[in-house]
Amino acid sequence: MILKGRVWKFGDDISTDLIAPGRYFHLRSNLDEFVKHVLEDANPDFAGRVKPGDFVVGGKNFGLGSSREHAPLLIKMAGVSAVVAKSVARIFFRNAINIGLPVLICDTDPLPDGALLEADLANGQLQVLPKGRRIEFSPLPDVMLRILQDGGLVDHIKKNKGFGLADQGGDVR
Amino acid sequence: MAETLVKGIIEKKAGRTVEAGEIVVVDVDLCYLQDGTGPLTVRQVEKLGADRLVDPERVAVFIDHASPSCHKSLSNDHVTLRDFTRKTGARLYDVGDGVCHQVACEELVKPGQIVIGADSHTCMGGALGALATGMGSTDVAVIMAHGKTWLRVPETLRIHLSGSFKDWVGAKDLILHLIGQIGADGATYRALEFCGTGVTNLTMEDRLTIANMAVECGAKAGLFPSDDTTREYLKSLGREGDYSPVPSGDGPADEEMEIDLGSLEPTVSLPHTVDNTKPVGEVLGLPIQQVVVGTCTNGREGDLALLAKFLRGKKVHPNTRLLIIPASRRVYLNALKEGTMEVLIRAGAAIISPTCGPCMGVHAGILGDGERCLSTQNRNFKGRMGNPESEIYLASPAVAAATALRGCIADPREVL
Repeated sequence: MILKGRVWKFGDDISTDLIAPGRYFHLRSNLDEFVKHVLEDANPDFAGRVKPGDFVVGGKNFGLGSSREHAPLLIKMAGVSAVVAKSVARIFFRNAINIGLPVLICDTDPLPDGALLEADLANGQLQVLPKGRRIEFSPLPDVMLRILQDGGLVDHIKKNKGFGLADQGGDVR
Repeated sequence: MAETLVKGIIEKKAGRTVEAGEIVVVDVDLCYLQDGTGPLTVRQVEKLGADRLVDPERVAVFIDHASPSCHKSLSNDHVTLRDFTRKTGARLYDVGDGVCHQVACEELVKPGQIVIGADSHTCMGGALGALATGMGSTDVAVIMAHGKTWLRVPETLRIHLSGSFKDWVGAKDLILHLIGQIGADGATYRALEFCGTGVTNLTMEDRLTIANMAVECGAKAGLFPSDDTTREYLKSLGREGDYSPVPSGDGPADEEMEIDLGSLEPTVSLPHTVDNTKPVGEVLGLPIQQVVVGTCTNGREGDLALLAKFLRGKKVHPNTRLLIIPASRRVYLNALKEGTMEVLIRAGAAIISPTCGPCMGVHAGILGDGERCLSTQNRNFKGRMGNPESEIYLASPAVAAATALRGCIADPREVL
């Protein structure tokens, strides 16, 4: 699968409080409103100007903090095709894959803000367009890849009647 | 004995030996959710098409984040959760019962269990020797419907503790110091395991504070062996039957560190990341408008009693306000019985019913523009307490007490 869009560059340690601020807690069951505030405290222009297909590009430890799945969910609802970061916090990583938002781990220093970017999920490569750097990203662990390919954890479980890891006791029938 | 504490727990569940890095699917002994993550979890359970929970006894629902509700949409979320527990038979802990992690440790978590909560500080259960960790709503929905989850067996960062704390230095200083040393991602995907002679000098309250903040350096879990202290704690709650020993591992860990408890100083975490730590001596005198003592991190009987020791017969500084939030109904009652609450109220503190409240910026202590708060909570991210134009400093109850009396960040050793 090929993803294409502009880079929205963020720094290190983008917390779930920056992505989905606690002061909008009352909007957690009204995500169409909440999405208007996604990443607001990190970049106030982002929510209003992000285009379908764009990439959220962070530094290290992206998504640290709370378990709120609303964080990756709002990023996805905003139209973002993937999160690209040097490293991702554990719970955010699971949550993003579980709701079908790809997470690409690589060196993000060569990705300038506003650049047009193409990601080839099958060959694990990113390229700055038109003729910029090519960067390889780390493959996802197999279990996460399978969940992502099925469109997220709910669909994965329904399709496989379990984790699709029968060899590891993943069959929950 | 297994190589590491965390491997021992997983191996017992899986019925075979496991290696770090391997993916295992395990039965989950207990899962819980709260009013921030719960409504989405309920919607995901519906999407999974599960018409019943695999075992409602193993599912607990907590209304603790906006508790009592401060907004009609949150009241409606609470209605959704209460209806869900009535329909499914899951346990309900409602307004006033306490913060999920505290109540879970008081009533539900047992040594050796695998516990998954839809809240990042679920790792607090590691104090009891359980593999407890936070996940999101969809993972927890799958556990509720099917009873299982997948885990990557974590590597272990083993921390050998020795010695005992100096006066007015405690568990919060230890964990802030550690996070400052290794960084906010210093243990990502790994388990912290505490062992050594220093562990026997830590009370269960100390262990709960330390395990609670394991996630602040990225760890999947923060584990203590289950020992005599664990047994005594469970006995004090009438749960001696829930005790079982969980030993420290005897094999190599991914990385080992040593900390002498006696070498630690009162430590403060500065805005806007938890790993931005300094000894209190470097931030003395900074004016603080709000002091919060409470939350799942430091809202227990010992924390409040320590605070009362400082505040007895004195008054909170006129330029600051002191908010106290007992972590649970049990804590609140015990503090009342011990006379702690009267001391604190007479000193000028405002007592808030058990809730997460201001710690995650929903209600009961939102900061104004330019205000600074010193809190015993676990996070100081920008905007965490409801206002990105404010600052949060993290510290122990002793530093909080000294700060409340002086109206600025103060060293407890100079105040008492």
